[in-house]
Amino acid sequence: MAAASISSAVTAISGKFKVLKKTEFRGETTLQVERTEIKELARFCKDELGFTYLLDVSGVDNFGEEPRFEVVYELYHFEAGLHLRLKISVSEDELEVPTVSDIWATADWHEREAYDMYGIKFAGHPELTRILMWEGYPFHPLRKDFPLAGRPSEMPDVAFSQPAPLAGGPFVTVPSAATTKDREPRSREIP
Amino acid sequence: MPETMPVAYDSKIEGNVIFTKLDAAMNWMRKNSLWPMPMGLACCAIELMAAGASRYDIARFGAEVMRFSPRQSDVMIVAGTVTYKMALAVKRIWDQMPEPKWCIAMGACASSGGMYRSYAVLQGIDHLIPVDVYVSGCPPRPEALLEGLMKLQRKIDAEPALREQKREFLASFSGTAH
Repeated sequence: MAAASISSAVTAISGKFKVLKKTEFRGETTLQVERTEIKELARFCKDELGFTYLLDVSGVDNFGEEPRFEVVYELYHFEAGLHLRLKISVSEDELEVPTVSDIWATADWHEREAYDMYGIKFAGHPELTRILMWEGYPFHPLRKDFPLAGRPSEMPDVAFSQPAPLAGGPFVTVPSAATTKDREPRSREIP
Repeated sequence: MPETMPVAYDSKIEGNVIFTKLDAAMNWMRKNSLWPMPMGLACCAIELMAAGASRYDIARFGAEVMRFSPRQSDVMIVAGTVTYKMALAVKRIWDQMPEPKWCIAMGACASSGGMYRSYAVLQGIDHLIPVDVYVSGCPPRPEALLEGLMKLQRKIDAEPALREQKREFLASFSGTAH
């Protein structure tokens, strides 16, 4: 049973799995689902509904909220041209998500990137190592509590890093209710 | 003596005898056959390729022999963003290059980190290896790289070619004297 439209796909998914929240925004459908069910749901989406293509797996850090992290799966259905987004929440205490790299092979590197940048572990991944930073780098740089300038680290014979001087760039916006003068992008030293 | 005439020339004995200083002759040979080690790391490498292609033709300055083996190259052209992950590989290749060797930092990123003021990018390759010529631009035009190369040629021309050998010779001389 391949899905012919996004609404029939959503109906089929909500018939079998627990959908916590459904969001429609500018023609894009997002389903918030249970973390424990993501593996089965991914298999269902690929084998039963025909979402044969995984566009991206990414992490999100909602720093200050609980649960802190999210993992987002972007699915695509080639025959019908459907786009479906699945989201799961991951708490900081239990930073582990089942891998989908055995379902879509492309998830391999995407999950490695999410692990590298956010520290989210993917259980069952064939080789969960860092993909952008070097092996042994002690931080996860896309977390919100990691400073833009970086932190010093020392790995003799592997690599090292020093904080980058931020004067002159990059340009950072500060979201607030203040006037544009304070809100506008400018270079700021971030501790 | 003007910079452009390091070699004494006599038309009566043309092609047979040239009087010059050993340093000048060696520098003349070195500066006109600079074999680059193309350390192409980002978009500057595209401009480096353009400088090597027929329109800009880096061969006019004797630097067309791009050597992908560090053991055969004289000048490392660091073209692009040097990330920390790549930085030690660049350093290692630099260490494998035989003396005499020079380095051109091509573009804003290789010179100072450029716009990448972030956790992943080394803020200038001069943190790791000594740079002779910095070429500004993001990326620099091929003309700018050629200007940098000519600047390096002038720099090579001005330095004593046998500096290290002279130092060793003088050291050995003073060693025997004492």
